[in-house]
Amino acid sequence: MASPSLMDTLFQRGLDDIIKGVRHQQSSTESIFISRVIEEIRREIKSTDLQTKSTALQKLTYLNSIHFIDMSWASFHAIECISSPTFSHKKIGYLAISQSFSESTPVILLISNQLRKDLKSGNEFEVSLALDCLSRIGTVDLCRDLASEVFILMSSSKVFIRKKAIGIVLRLFEKYPDAVRVCFKKLVESLEGSDSPIVSAVVGVFCELSAKDPRSYLPLAPEFYRILVDSKNNWVLIKVLKIFVKLAPLEPRLAKRLVEPICDHMRKTGAKSLVFECIRTVVTSFTEYESAMKLAAAKIREFLMEDDPNLKYLGLHAISIMAPKHLWAVLENKDVVIQSLSDEDPNIKLESLRLVMAMASESNLMETCRVLVNYALKSDPDFCNEILGSILSTCCQNVYEVIIDFDWYVSLLGEMSRIPNCKKGEEIENQLIDIGMRVKDVRPELVRIARDLLIDPALLGNPFLHRLLSAAAWVCGEYVEFSRNPVELMEALLQPRTSLLPSSIRTVYMQSAFKILIFCIHSYFLQKEDMTSEVSDLASKRECSESSDLATGKALVQSDQDEGFNPRESNQSYEYPSAVDTGDGQSSTPTFMEKKSLMHESIVNLLNLMELVLSPLSGSLDVEIQERACNVLGFIELVQQEFSNPLIRKEANLDREEVIASRVVEWVHDGFTEELGPVSVTAQDRVPIPDELVLKENLTDLEAICGGVELPAPGSFSLTSPYYGESAVFSVSNLQAEEDSEPSTESTSLLTEHRKRHELYYLPSEKNKIPANDYPPANDPSSSISTNDATEDLVKLADQSLVSKRKPNHAKPRPVVVKLEEGEAAPVVSKKPELKDDLLSGAIHDILLGNEAKAASSQSNPSDKSSSKRKGKAKHVDLLDSKENLAVGEQPNHENPSSRRSKHRGDGKQKSKKSKGKKNGDGREDDGEKESQKIRDHHGRHKSRQRADAPINVVPQTPDIPDYLL
Amino acid sequence: MYLEKVIRELSGVILTRGPKLCNFVEWRGHKVVYKRYASLYFCMGIDQEDNELEVLEIIHHYVEILDRYFGSVSDLRLWFIVCELDLIFNFHKAYYALDELLIAGELQESSKKTVARLIAAQDSLVEAAKEQASSLSNIISQATK
Repeated sequence: MASPSLMDTLFQRGLDDIIKGVRHQQSSTESIFISRVIEEIRREIKSTDLQTKSTALQKLTYLNSIHFIDMSWASFHAIECISSPTFSHKKIGYLAISQSFSESTPVILLISNQLRKDLKSGNEFEVSLALDCLSRIGTVDLCRDLASEVFILMSSSKVFIRKKAIGIVLRLFEKYPDAVRVCFKKLVESLEGSDSPIVSAVVGVFCELSAKDPRSYLPLAPEFYRILVDSKNNWVLIKVLKIFVKLAPLEPRLAKRLVEPICDHMRKTGAKSLVFECIRTVVTSFTEYESAMKLAAAKIREFLMEDDPNLKYLGLHAISIMAPKHLWAVLENKDVVIQSLSDEDPNIKLESLRLVMAMASESNLMETCRVLVNYALKSDPDFCNEILGSILSTCCQNVYEVIIDFDWYVSLLGEMSRIPNCKKGEEIENQLIDIGMRVKDVRPELVRIARDLLIDPALLGNPFLHRLLSAAAWVCGEYVEFSRNPVELMEALLQPRTSLLPSSIRTVYMQSAFKILIFCIHSYFLQKEDMTSEVSDLASKRECSESSDLATGKALVQSDQDEGFNPRESNQSYEYPSAVDTGDGQSSTPTFMEKKSLMHESIVNLLNLMELVLSPLSGSLDVEIQERACNVLGFIELVQQEFSNPLIRKEANLDREEVIASRVVEWVHDGFTEELGPVSVTAQDRVPIPDELVLKENLTDLEAICGGVELPAPGSFSLTSPYYGESAVFSVSNLQAEEDSEPSTESTSLLTEHRKRHELYYLPSEKNKIPANDYPPANDPSSSISTNDATEDLVKLADQSLVSKRKPNHAKPRPVVVKLEEGEAAPVVSKKPELKDDLLSGAIHDILLGNEAKAASSQSNPSDKSSSKRKGKAKHVDLLDSKENLAVGEQPNHENPSSRRSKHRGDGKQKSKKSKGKKNGDGREDDGEKESQKIRDHHGRHKSRQRADAPINVVPQTPDIPDYLL
Repeated sequence: MYLEKVIRELSGVILTRGPKLCNFVEWRGHKVVYKRYASLYFCMGIDQEDNELEVLEIIHHYVEILDRYFGSVSDLRLWFIVCELDLIFNFHKAYYALDELLIAGELQESSKKTVARLIAAQDSLVEAAKEQASSLSNIISQATK
């Protein structure tokens, strides 16, 4: 490329020419034009003449801002421009830098010197340019280098510069917290006065700072209070209110002082923005002040009545903040809320949807959901899914707290999945399985719904529903004993259109079909036994216990509590409510089990059907599908030998083949009827680690040992995932154990040998990342009882549930919902403040406490102010902590994660107690009482927490704010 | 480029909104406040706790400042409110005006008059520099360098 000539300089195109040129191009030639201009710029920008250079840079900046042309290559030229003595060049250069520089720009450190020079310049506008630039691009290094210059500018005589310097402090503190030591005092001093632009800037800075770490600014409350009362500037007032929202929860005494002035502003001001800020402050922080709340509610009502959609939206938003504690505010505006559901603005619709859900309670839930589902049918896809999503999330809150009639809810889920726009398959899937596990009583209805879903071939075409269908398939397989017609289910599971499903879900279908098959054959055998032993009608109960005795005798994974659990037993005492409208004509006998209708032919048909459908799949490319198909086919082959030749079978009743077949069926069936309960997400954490395990050893040489072997993925112990995994494990292992026991033992012996050799490495380094294979099956009672509290409690709960169920229930009590004691809630993550914030707040603490010490000289530990500031800071923070600990002692301290966890546990216990009480058949009235009890409890707890909080806040702070406010 | 994507997506969201809807949109978890003036849209991304009405006021404040400024310097004006051409041909000036209004994301100057005065002062500095640069003697000195 030629170097810029004089001609370039003289006949350079200006910014206006470029802009006009671009505007005159058609869209097709525009990019060509621009690339030509860029080429021109590349040439011009190398000019030694700064005028030419800066004009080129300006053109480039324009193209970057409108057409997003890359300009990072020009960063060095921009630096050249800002070092020009001419103001206009500087200005162009600074604009280019603000626009294009980032932390990763390599030359950014080069501007440090120039910025310092400009910050010290006598021309206030050059100073201002440098400040503006720093506020955009200031990096850690730049902020550290220039902190002292900014500090000097903070006491500049020109207001214009001073306020900018103050504004910059925000970026300075964020990037380089140590700057606090230099600038903070100045910043606090600048708060004096009430209406100057300086105050406006300072308040803005504090508003941002206090959002991150409010506690540090508590000592400044009196200053802010003065501004709140004196200032006439709405912008400043809004910012001060924002600061107080952050401070109020930390200092209970603040609220009493603040309520009056805030209400005053709310009454007097005409500015809607200020009114809204007052409303928000009151509804978030001063919820105990009845009169203030009333006033806020009245103002909200005014907002809602306006035509302006902005005000309406904000009004609804404010109500939704009030809703949790002051439901009356929602109810008062019920009309507007419902009306807004059909507003044309999606934001308003969403807000009102949230409010409608907030109003939902046990008593009106069914009606509310009915209305909403109707709305969902009518509205656009997005909002439809919003509605469905909020119904789902409201209903599953606190383990389905609000739901009484689970049959209704399950059928609602079924109905929701049929809404054409429904994209919530995944959530419905989770809930279907979750409910299936937790609520025994609802299983028959659940199976019926699942059947309806499976049988509909149209649903298979909607990819959003696939997850849902997999849940339905699982439900049908797991609870097949409640089905009225397993053959029909089988057909649904094997229908041709299942080829539309993704393979992961297809395997669930196949597994479920296998379960159903086992169930059918098993019950056929039982039936036959009955017939032969001629205990036809009343035998079912005995037969049942017999079978389970048999199972325990065989020392399979059968346990004491499982006897009580046996679903068939519960099934028999169950009265099916709506058996009349069944399509299959056998209305009096509700479930399949009692029909005794399994004919030999139907079993043969089933086997044939399965074989027909699955045999092509045994060559499937998907390993999971192929594996399962082969397993099932192998099993079918085994069983078919018996069924295919009935005559022989009858003659030689004790034929060896048959014995094997029926025993296999029995075993597999026992494996499948095993009840799987929910497992707490945190269950793994509570398994104690054996002492001899060294978990923190460096495991780098593990890779060498494992070679190319892939480690099993760490199991995720969520609520649903163990199911698929485990049922698969059961089936495969059971099959294998029977069909080819030798190779499997061989492999296990190899495994144990390997384990022996590398004992140490069989657990990964972190305790909660034990590979899925090593983790005992959730339901293996022998190991889980000894180690796993959650399972134990679950078993207890389940036992009690059985007791309650045997009693005749009147009306329709809420069925038992199995809950885990502690931790369905996501594991509490202790909040770790970011290092930088920590530094910042530490520094500010230091400064403020230092101020205090000078002012009052009553600092409790003056000896701790060591000469080295860094050291002093660290010590000081420690000191504060220890003080807190001393003061608080055993009381719950919300900064301490472990004690927070213990509080959670307490809550959990209360909950489980409550549910136990319900289980004992107390009925509804008692429930009501319990509810109110709960509310009182809640209040009590809330208060006690506040009380507990108060000393935390006050004790360490008392030396800092000795009754400024009072 | 990230910025380009943001602008493209946001304008897609905002331009499709009808005139009677409220001026706030949720976009990828961010709150965006926008306001339309004739053919111009002004958008501001804000924090969750920010006061939407206040932001609307800031936008209005900015538009008034631009209006006053371009009203006095530009001859492109066709109607009473700041127009598209003003901003296209003076994009840098619009940025400079914004610099006087906001700093580090906070409102720094609530007086329109002050902002106007500051911008005018800077403009005159720029003009002076330009005049000097384009003077004949300067060109000659460049040419003979």
